[in-house]
Amino acid sequence: MPGQFPLEKIIDNFSGQVSTDPTVTDMPCVVVPPAVLVALCLFLRDDDAFKFNFMADICGVDFYPSLPRYQLVYHLYSIDLGWRLRIKCPLDDPPKAPTITHIWTTANWHEREAFDMFGIVFEGHPDLRRIYMWQEFEGWPMRRNYPLRGYKDKYNPFGEEKASSQKHTIGDIL
Amino acid sequence: MGNLTDRYKDNVLFTTSENIMNWSRKSSLWPETFGIACCAIEMIAAGCARYDLDRFGVVFRASPRQSDVMIIAGTVTKKMAPIIRRLYDQMPEPRYVIAMGTCAISGGVYNTYSVVQGSDLFVPVDVNVAGCPPRPDALLHGIVLLQEKITKSRKQRKTDSLPQSPSMKEEV
Repeated sequence: MPGQFPLEKIIDNFSGQVSTDPTVTDMPCVVVPPAVLVALCLFLRDDDAFKFNFMADICGVDFYPSLPRYQLVYHLYSIDLGWRLRIKCPLDDPPKAPTITHIWTTANWHEREAFDMFGIVFEGHPDLRRIYMWQEFEGWPMRRNYPLRGYKDKYNPFGEEKASSQKHTIGDIL
Repeated sequence: MGNLTDRYKDNVLFTTSENIMNWSRKSSLWPETFGIACCAIEMIAAGCARYDLDRFGVVFRASPRQSDVMIIAGTVTKKMAPIIRRLYDQMPEPRYVIAMGTCAISGGVYNTYSVVQGSDLFVPVDVNVAGCPPRPDALLHGIVLLQEKITKSRKQRKTDSLPQSPSMKEEV
């Protein structure tokens, strides 16, 4: 594994658009706006100094009620060079992000998971459907304003009563 | 042993029709082969050589059409519940249900948006086996309890009309 991780090379290549996160200590971490995300991922995959050929994970985060409310966290791994990198991508409300399925195809199901749990819409995704919950399910259960015990129905008598104004479907956000 | 030593050869045994039917029903309780979560591991252990469910006449069948008892071994999500209800509807009468483990009994620790809060909300449960997960001994105890329940039953055929299976999809 060669020497120090060339974090400055990323910062220099995307002058002013990509910054580091000083709070992260376990691995290199960069913060990027969604508009630059695809260019950054392509650069990290194809540049010989990085060779990030394995996308390990995508997580959604909800910081409600602080702003910006949503965040996507990507974890990359370079099998050739043994490097790990974390990318944080803050999102507005309603959350929209570009897809990276054309860069790493394994991102397909990860993005569907983030869509299913947080309602983050990935523009350009080839098959953006729910992956855990059934298709008729309403709401985004991992959002912090979604009740932990869900809404009351025949099979969940301990849930909260659902006000009709709270109903939102997939159609509303797409 | 009586069969091996020819003790019962050339004998006539008298019993009631209820007793002989209940005896045959309780002696060949065939469960469906399916497990939903970690309780299934204990169910598999109960079926293997150390605990050996076969000695109770409990032999796992791969089809609901050939099964008498359904062991709900694990957490039932709302997405899974209609499928379990369909498996129950495909079983021939008489059929029995064992809810194995705290999740299948009441939802357990999963008091959340996605988990059915108790199997008796969508199928009639005969025996609850408590534990998280229950040891194989506990499942054996549950099966013996079900056998006792069958032994005591006096109604051999359902006379009321068949209940309509609820349409799960609309309400979930």
